Amino acid sequence: MAQVEVSHVSKVHLSMKGEPFLALHDVNFQVEENEFFSIVGPSGCGKTTLLNLLAGFEQPTRGELRVGGELITQPGWERAVVFQEYALFPWYNVIENVRYGLRRKRLPEPEQRRLVEHYIGLVGLRGFESRYPRELSGGMRQRVSIARALAVKPFILLMDEPFASLDIQTREFMQDELLKIWQREHKTVIFVTHSIDEAIKLSDRIAIMASSPGRVEEIKVVKFERPRDPTNPAIVRLAAEVKHWLRQQVFGSEPAIDPAAAVHSTS
Amino acid sequence: MNDAGRRVLRSPPLAAGESSEASAVEAQPAPRTATPRRDDTASKALVRLAASMVPPPPPAWRRILVQISHLWLLFAFIVVWEIVSIFGQRINPQLDVMLPPPTAVVSAAVDLIHRGVLITHIVDSLCRVLIAVGTAAVLGIPLGLAMGWSPRIRWAVDPLIGFIRPIPPLAWIPLSILWFGIGDMQIEYIIFLAAFFPVALNSLAGARDIDTYLLQAGLSLGARRRELFLTVVLPGALPNIFTGLRIGLGIGWMALVAGELVAAPSGLGYLINNARTLFRSDYILLGMVLIGVLGLALDYLMRQAARLIMPWHRGQ
Repeated sequence: MAQVEVSHVSKVHLSMKGEPFLALHDVNFQVEENEFFSIVGPSGCGKTTLLNLLAGFEQPTRGELRVGGELITQPGWERAVVFQEYALFPWYNVIENVRYGLRRKRLPEPEQRRLVEHYIGLVGLRGFESRYPRELSGGMRQRVSIARALAVKPFILLMDEPFASLDIQTREFMQDELLKIWQREHKTVIFVTHSIDEAIKLSDRIAIMASSPGRVEEIKVVKFERPRDPTNPAIVRLAAEVKHWLRQQVFGSEPAIDPAAAVHSTS
Repeated sequence: MNDAGRRVLRSPPLAAGESSEASAVEAQPAPRTATPRRDDTASKALVRLAASMVPPPPPAWRRILVQISHLWLLFAFIVVWEIVSIFGQRINPQLDVMLPPPTAVVSAAVDLIHRGVLITHIVDSLCRVLIAVGTAAVLGIPLGLAMGWSPRIRWAVDPLIGFIRPIPPLAWIPLSILWFGIGDMQIEYIIFLAAFFPVALNSLAGARDIDTYLLQAGLSLGARRRELFLTVVLPGALPNIFTGLRIGLGIGWMALVAGELVAAPSGLGYLINNARTLFRSDYILLGMVLIGVLGLALDYLMRQAARLIMPWHRGQ
């Protein structure tokens, strides 16, 4: 039995005008333990809705989501979330933010201290323990957020475009760090992103979503050894294939000019 | 100074052109405990380099001068007032009563302090405001937070608040005199009414407008509803609560004067009204100035308290 089972999940949202629309339609997939599973798709395809359902922030209109065989009915530490905008508590310093979930779990004080120290070290934030979030850079904030999520020892890490608001250098650096942590900590990661390159660099499998109605169109297996070289021809081909497919999805037709041909004609 | 700068620029962590933050983690084999210390000396040298590029800070007396220089218009205003009222009296003797000079206000203050009544007026007024606004805070903050936190409570209470709020506190004066008689209770009631709504409604907005992500983060980290309220909603609403208290204090202070003007045995409003019947316009002006200064001081204290209680929050 897979660790995460999403079966026949549909979700109806209400628009501003109060009209119902299908945010997700008959979504099915399974995620194995310790798998790095990415969800990509154009904006508005229901990626975040899907993650909210997995987190337990919302309930599906039809179908069911299970973790370890149990229905997801509410948020819980076993499915810790890392948000795009970090969602750090501005009134707590780094230590208190990382410690938040440990306090809620009522762990004994020394255990809390040990875990906080361990995870702050793991994300490389020693020396910044007493800073408030607003005194940190974007990359550092996201690392606090990752440490906070890992510290509660979740079974599954849900990440909603965690690196989308970081600059490109920091993003690549954080991707490498995340892979290291993932390999060390043995976690199931469900990773939502709109970047195909990011998904291919990180994931074991990629669910490709399409919009109106939001649905999982295809699940690609990425078999390359890590660390992956983005210039590897096979990876380039895979990325091009997925991008091409997504472009068709979003714009409904072939691109007017084939980008490869355009490069040749102008040179 | 330049030497220090060059040394800094040549030192490895900065020469890499990376932020010190990234290098702290990327250098895998290097012991991490060493990094902050190296950063420290480097950043101190950078501060020295930056200091060498700008003119040195001005001496203390100049800084004080700059600090108070924005008060010049206020000074000019007082000086012009003094001149107008002293020379104006030669042209129109009535100006003696209509516009006493600032010096007359000061001597009025000295006079009243000597007679031991000024401090009583100030303390009486301050006590009324603090008791009334304190009561408004004790009742208004929990009600506002509850309304902001729970849509159901908001839905139930909204119509009542919406109905009572537009009634001006001053319209309550006749009824409040019937209820409480003339005295502290009645004035405190008027101030309470004036302060209650800004306090409650700002607390409401603070609790209602908490970032959804923060609530979700709290829930997914295992917070129960009560914990979520104490660790996320309450601290998140604090800036708004303080804004509400400051507005409440300001409006309460205005209501105080109005209440004391109508019916009071003491206080700054009473001082003004009593002076009116005695044609002592210097006392009237003294009362006005004191109300302005005390209002300013209370607001300043509130801002300092906010900075103390919310060190993470800037821009209060």
